[in-house]
Amino acid sequence: MATKAIVGEKVGMTQVWDDQNRAIPVTVVKVSPARVVQVKTPEKEGYSAVQVTWGTRRASTLSKPEIGHFEKAGVTPGKKLVELRIDDVSGYEVGQEILADVLEKGEMIDATAVSKGKGFAGGMKRHNFSGQGAAHGNHKHHRAPGSIGACATPGRVFKGTKMAGRYGGGQVTTTNLEVIGVDVERNLVLVKGAVPGPRGGVVVLRTSVKNPMKAGGTR
Amino acid sequence: MNPTDLIDRDSLRDDIPSFRTGDTLKVHVRVVEGTRERVQVFQGVVIRRQGSGLQETFTVRKVSFGVGVERTFPVHAPTIAKIEVDSYGDVRRAKLYYLRDLRGKAAKIKELRVTERP
Repeated sequence: MATKAIVGEKVGMTQVWDDQNRAIPVTVVKVSPARVVQVKTPEKEGYSAVQVTWGTRRASTLSKPEIGHFEKAGVTPGKKLVELRIDDVSGYEVGQEILADVLEKGEMIDATAVSKGKGFAGGMKRHNFSGQGAAHGNHKHHRAPGSIGACATPGRVFKGTKMAGRYGGGQVTTTNLEVIGVDVERNLVLVKGAVPGPRGGVVVLRTSVKNPMKAGGTR
Repeated sequence: MNPTDLIDRDSLRDDIPSFRTGDTLKVHVRVVEGTRERVQVFQGVVIRRQGSGLQETFTVRKVSFGVGVERTFPVHAPTIAKIEVDSYGDVRRAKLYYLRDLRGKAAKIKELRVTERP
């Protein structure tokens, strides 16, 4: 699990120049100060996590259970409640604010978000099928999947066979992204490369699980 | 205004002269050789200028020892030390790809007879 995490909204992509004057593609993530609403511990809830909210929301849009939950914590209601799974929650307490500067430049992170919906997609887009030939007598089957099974044995199509269908709109995690910059004043984090989801989508950034480079890493 | 403009503003340059396709430029490029840095001049005709904001690029074409050489630079690249506009060209196209098929005198661009483009 991650040691640090923060939630933000994707702003869009642009580029910055690095110290060797190379253009680095970056995704800008707006990380508003997150307010801790609840701290979950292994003793009480069975796992460790920090439940946070950010921004503001009209009181009329809240349900009674939500109002009670925020009132118990003494935190102004925010846009959403997001749970950040963190190894050690001992440093967090209810009402505390988490700022963009939990992440540092050079750190490796994972970004989790709900990807853009692609609708009903064919096998080539959905499962990276190769498709079929453009020539050699092919007629109207250029993007078709090909065979989906054998003949009389088994006489059916196996469950889970990769075929066309709904694609996108699910949770996607992109791992091993580098933090290029952190701007606490403007509440922005610059992440190298692409982050899943549309602009304005909610993105959870957490320290990389596979490559936990220490702050002020070698790069 | 794009949401990412605030980030781009730090990288944008304001010392770029106004130029368009057909103009002849002297692009002073910073070249790093090991630890030494020197400035190399690439002189030629702008045959393309595309994109906007930080992503805007332009392509300069010159004929070097009979071989056509084209280099594309980001307009706001920090590797560019200076851009000098040598002469303004009188062209009717936004993209001068037709110059690639022309040689010698035919590939010459008529000069616009002004000192400063309005």
